[in-house]
Amino acid sequence: MELLLASAIGVLMAAGVYLVLRARSFDLILGLTLISYAVNLCIFAMGRLAPGKPPVIRDGAALTLAQHADPLPQALVLTAIVISFAMTALLLVIALRARSGSGSDHVDGREPGDQA
Amino acid sequence: MNHLPVLAVALPLLVGAVLVLLHAVPINARRVVALLGALAQLALSIALLRTAADGTVSVYLLGNWPAFAGIVLVVDRLAALMVLLTATLGLIGLLYALAGQDRRTPHFHALFAFQVAGLSGAFLTGDLFNLFVFFEVLLISSYGLLLHGGGANRVRRSLHYVTFNLLGSALFLIAVAVLYGVLGTLNMADLARKIAQAPAADAAVIQSAGLLLLGVFALKAALLPLYLWLPNTYAAASAPVAMLFTVMTKVGVYAVLRVYTLLFGADAGVGANLAWPWLLPLGLATIGLATFGALAAQSLRRLVGYLIVASAGTLFVAIATASEASIAAALYYLLHSTLATAALFLLADLVRRGRQQAGDSLRRVDALAHRTALGLAFVLAAVSVAALPPMAGFLAKAMVLDAIGVQGHGAWIWTVILGSSLGVIVALARAGSHLFWRGDSAPGPAGAAALRPRLPERAALGLLLLLGVALTVFAQPVSEFTRATAAQLLAPQALIAHVLGAQPRAQLEPTP
Repeated sequence: MELLLASAIGVLMAAGVYLVLRARSFDLILGLTLISYAVNLCIFAMGRLAPGKPPVIRDGAALTLAQHADPLPQALVLTAIVISFAMTALLLVIALRARSGSGSDHVDGREPGDQA
Repeated sequence: MNHLPVLAVALPLLVGAVLVLLHAVPINARRVVALLGALAQLALSIALLRTAADGTVSVYLLGNWPAFAGIVLVVDRLAALMVLLTATLGLIGLLYALAGQDRRTPHFHALFAFQVAGLSGAFLTGDLFNLFVFFEVLLISSYGLLLHGGGANRVRRSLHYVTFNLLGSALFLIAVAVLYGVLGTLNMADLARKIAQAPAADAAVIQSAGLLLLGVFALKAALLPLYLWLPNTYAAASAPVAMLFTVMTKVGVYAVLRVYTLLFGADAGVGANLAWPWLLPLGLATIGLATFGALAAQSLRRLVGYLIVASAGTLFVAIATASEASIAAALYYLLHSTLATAALFLLADLVRRGRQQAGDSLRRVDALAHRTALGLAFVLAAVSVAALPPMAGFLAKAMVLDAIGVQGHGAWIWTVILGSSLGVIVALARAGSHLFWRGDSAPGPAGAAALRPRLPERAALGLLLLLGVALTVFAQPVSEFTRATAAQLLAPQALIAHVLGAQPRAQLEPTP
């Protein structure tokens, strides 16, 4: 299970970095989204992977991390998701503006090789 | 419990929220609200500094949770000093914008207030994840402010800037998650205690998380490989915004100072003195490259952008020496360089308006209206930035060099810093002679009256220059304060004990 999750995070991150380096605005946004997925999974995994443990207190169970999943990483992930969602929305608007302003979806506003 | 620390974050947030609601009222009413908010923030931060000045560490438990479980705000000398600097520049930037630049974006005042809130929060928080959240608060308002005024160039620069910072945030989150995964806490004081006790088996993970954090802070502060975004971005921003951004670079410097003295300081066990061996060579290389950038810059605003990069490099070199004297000198240098580069940004804007065709270009020749007054202001700011006597810049650099000394790598550091000063003098002299001495006399009286800097603009620039002079005149008390701040930073045990020992209030008073 750990291997599966770790390699999923690695693949998401690698794909994200590849897309960001393509320097096209749409690929850039997809890449950043994939990177934020990888980061969220990474934070989530830091609470340790364990089946059948609720993050909220149950009646009758001792109040230790042996009986419960660590709720803090889940709260952190929630915050990180909200922030990265807002940032992606903002970046989309900026990328659309840049695209309509310069007529090129390259992040430098002109095709490589064109003279400015 | 003293509620001052949380007010320094809550007040600008509240002012910003009110300003969003007031978007339909006439602009003068919004200006009054924004200005009153900024003045109140300044008063608050002075009060904070007064409580912290005698070395008291105030701990504010948000939500009345004990420190290990909830988020804390911590006010020590460094945090109070940085909040005061932010409030001062926020007020002056707002004043400058009142002359008309605030009309160009519907929510300028609100974004400005949110940015001040984010900056103050980042300086005050004692929790690593909360530091990330405040970074995002200040970044998201900075995105809005950078786009302020519009234009294709600004949009493109914003795209780069946002992308850079999103990648930085991703790395920040990974580092925070790893630290939490290993140590089980996010409170900085608790982290410091646990890193010091961590077994050697965890050393590699803790050190890599720590260095990942260093990469993120270096991105914010524009250290060598990660500085490329800064001159372009700052040159694209409007003047009051660029001015406030000068504090934003210092957030990175602050975060390095805070995290690598508290979490990875001298007694941090497996993480001891993690950052210093990296910061020294990178800082020196940053100074060198930024000097070449300043010499080659083709507009005044890009020149100032490179000066900010050079000042960040100098700060990191001084911090990496990690002695009480060098950190004290770095803090004095930080105050001076923030004020002086902020003044130069405002000046660049006035020059741009005074020259009708050439803008602030250092290649094209054009007449400049009101060049005597602008030239005098330029000399005052430039002399300080170039570290010539008698201004604060000279004192700051002398203090830095004196604290570093000549033993060990000292000779190299002296060579680089003094060589960079020479380069900056040449760059500023070239820029000044080009802008103020070349070109014909000013346009006729009709044109000149229209180009005259407006009262708030003159007041804002004058205030900044006056603060620079005050920093020179009151160098003794200010440097005593920075000395005490450095001593407090290098002895974090008291702060750790204070934060972890903070007791939640047993019961809240019944509300009437």
